[in-house]
Amino acid sequence: MALNIVVCIKQVPDTAELPKIDPAKAMAGDEGVTRVVNPWDEYALEEALRLKEKHGGKVTVLTMGPERAVEALRKAASMGADDAILLDDPAFAGSDAGATAYILAGAIRKLGVYDLILCGKQSVDGDSGQVAPGIARHLHVPQLTFVAKIRALDPTARNITVERLLEEGREVTLAPLPALLSVVKEINEPRYPAFLLIRKAAKLQPPVWGIKELGLDPARVGRQGSATRWSDLRKPPARATQCEIIQGATAAEKAAKLADRLLAEKVI
Amino acid sequence: MNTLVWLEQFRGVARAISWEALGAARHLGGKVVAAILGSGVEKVAQEAIARGADTVYLADDPTLAAYRTDPYVATLKSIVAQAKPDAFLIGATARGRDLAAALAAELDTGLAADCLDLSVDGSGALHATRPVYAGNLLATITFSEKRPQMATLRARAFPAAEADANRPSEIVRVPAALPEDQIGVKVLEFQAEEGKVSLADARIVVSGGRAVRGPEGFALVRELAEVLGGALGASRAAVDAGWIPYAYQVGQTGRTVRPDLYIACGISGAVQHLAGMGSAKVIVAINKDADAPIFKVAKYGIVGDIFEVVPALTAEFKKRLGK
Ligand SMILES: Cc1cc2nc3c(=O)[nH]c(=O)nc-3n(C[C@H](O)[C@H](O)[C@H](O)COP(=O)(O)OP(=O)(O)OC[C@H]3O[C@@H](n4cnc5c(N)ncnc54)[C@H](O)[C@@H]3O)c2cc1C
Ligand SMILES: Nc1ncnc2c1ncn2[C@@H]1O[C@H](COP(=O)(O)O)[C@@H](O)[C@H]1O
Repeated sequence: MALNIVVCIKQVPDTAELPKIDPAKAMAGDEGVTRVVNPWDEYALEEALRLKEKHGGKVTVLTMGPERAVEALRKAASMGADDAILLDDPAFAGSDAGATAYILAGAIRKLGVYDLILCGKQSVDGDSGQVAPGIARHLHVPQLTFVAKIRALDPTARNITVERLLEEGREVTLAPLPALLSVVKEINEPRYPAFLLIRKAAKLQPPVWGIKELGLDPARVGRQGSATRWSDLRKPPARATQCEIIQGATAAEKAAKLADRLLAEKVI
Repeated sequence: MNTLVWLEQFRGVARAISWEALGAARHLGGKVVAAILGSGVEKVAQEAIARGADTVYLADDPTLAAYRTDPYVATLKSIVAQAKPDAFLIGATARGRDLAAALAAELDTGLAADCLDLSVDGSGALHATRPVYAGNLLATITFSEKRPQMATLRARAFPAAEADANRPSEIVRVPAALPEDQIGVKVLEFQAEEGKVSLADARIVVSGGRAVRGPEGFALVRELAEVLGGALGASRAAVDAGWIPYAYQVGQTGRTVRPDLYIACGISGAVQHLAGMGSAKVIVAINKDADAPIFKVAKYGIVGDIFEVVPALTAEFKKRLGK
């Protein structure tokens, strides 16, 4: 049985540029830095492509974001995604994680058939890890978060067995399909874009779905429809530390001096 | 103010973060309500009372033995309906984040994830401080009029609730909301990582980077961690090289730690690594390159070869700590 897999990807600032982000610019909605596909979402997409290669089927990527987020969809297409849809509407601006989940769930519902929804563990800008469980709740499908490995997917029995990475170790969990998974980095190593797909992907003009196409409640999207609000974006207080380089003739001498300092700090 | 706290337990033992969340709730003032779900967890309820909860909702049932999203969400939803909290605090662990996000959607209310600080104003509105952009910025989160105002709390950011025997308190027993045959998800097995200090709760973390050059190099780093009673961590370069499992990775795509002491052994200090440990109280860097960026965030540094310095530190602390 072929699988219909949906992958939710977000366009985020390149992690190397995160320290450069100016709070005022970020607050205004444009960080002014290079954008990439959220790292965890690449792992989600890679896993979707591998499942498709094994079981057959189709991979559809969704992103909610402004027009420039098409670049994220193009990247996904160059890796091998079959279909891509941009969720963009002026009414979506300022959506928090809860509203974003509501919008993405609306789009997945509109797609109609899906066996698996894959997301990243969290986004590097919002950092909430809230969107994936939100989507699962809205669609009434089980959520398997922090997945480090898919052990088995049985298309006939319609269930999936995964390993989840929790603090104390790994939990092996079985869930019926359709299900939503959020993945951690350990799950795979994402492929590079395929040479043959890059040119085609560069021309990709995905359909754009807005509030009307999705039939959503305007009161539940965007800034007005969000139950949380960000304010006072700021840099964390700078570390007031000047590094003291411990001197000494031998490693043992340096070790003894460092031990003195750390015992005085009462951190040991 | 009426604040509900979910007490996370694993195999009947409350996680440290549960008492930190209870401490945060007491700090907000007003009524403190706790919820404990599990099987055979009455003693956690008793401990919550001892640590100052006014009311503890206890759902003790075999279907709740291991955390699973659906039965926990359904049962907590009924507890929320009874307790009517203004705020709902949950530890930002893997389970806590899974639960809080699902509950927020189910209750159609707001959630601030991974908070470092909380305050409440005169009208009962919560102001939460949380890191965004992988810790490079902080934001204040405020909530609409929807209740409860939900927040997950980062480990070691809030002092644990101390014992307080002087409060009148009660335990309210509630049934599990879903029977087993209505729960699709089954936990088949759990592979615990034995005998290790949990990274998230660790007071001391000792991490190794690319410089350790292999699993044998990690043995040296691990030995130092053990002498100090700390947890072992790693940079992504070391994880990607296959020298140590991903569960040990500290950083933006790994775990976030907040120890009192972080010792980086042969780690350059890339921004993605700093995102996971930059809020440690004291950072020590050991690196042979005096210009490595890690020295910019370190309070103490040793410029030298980890294969000499790390064993010397282990020997020194063995002596000092009488081991
Ligand atoms: C999207 C993304 C996410 C990422 N997420 C993470 C993350 O979560 N965690 C993470 O750690 N990284 C992450 N990285 C990778 C990060 O950018 C760095 O590549 C990584 O942290 C480097 O690891 P390292 O410091 O061990 O290795 P290197 O940068 O190679 O540094 C090794 C250091 O060891 C020193 N050294 C070498 N030999 C010795 C010796 N014998 N004695 C003493 N010192 C020695 C060198 O001077 C050098 O400073 C991420 C990158 C990206 C793009
Ligand atoms: N705007 C978005 N468009 C598509 N997917 C998203 C969006 N925001 C979040 N996601 C998905 O939800 C995951 C968790 O994001 P977050 O809850 O923001 O930390 C991401 O890794 C994505 O898979």
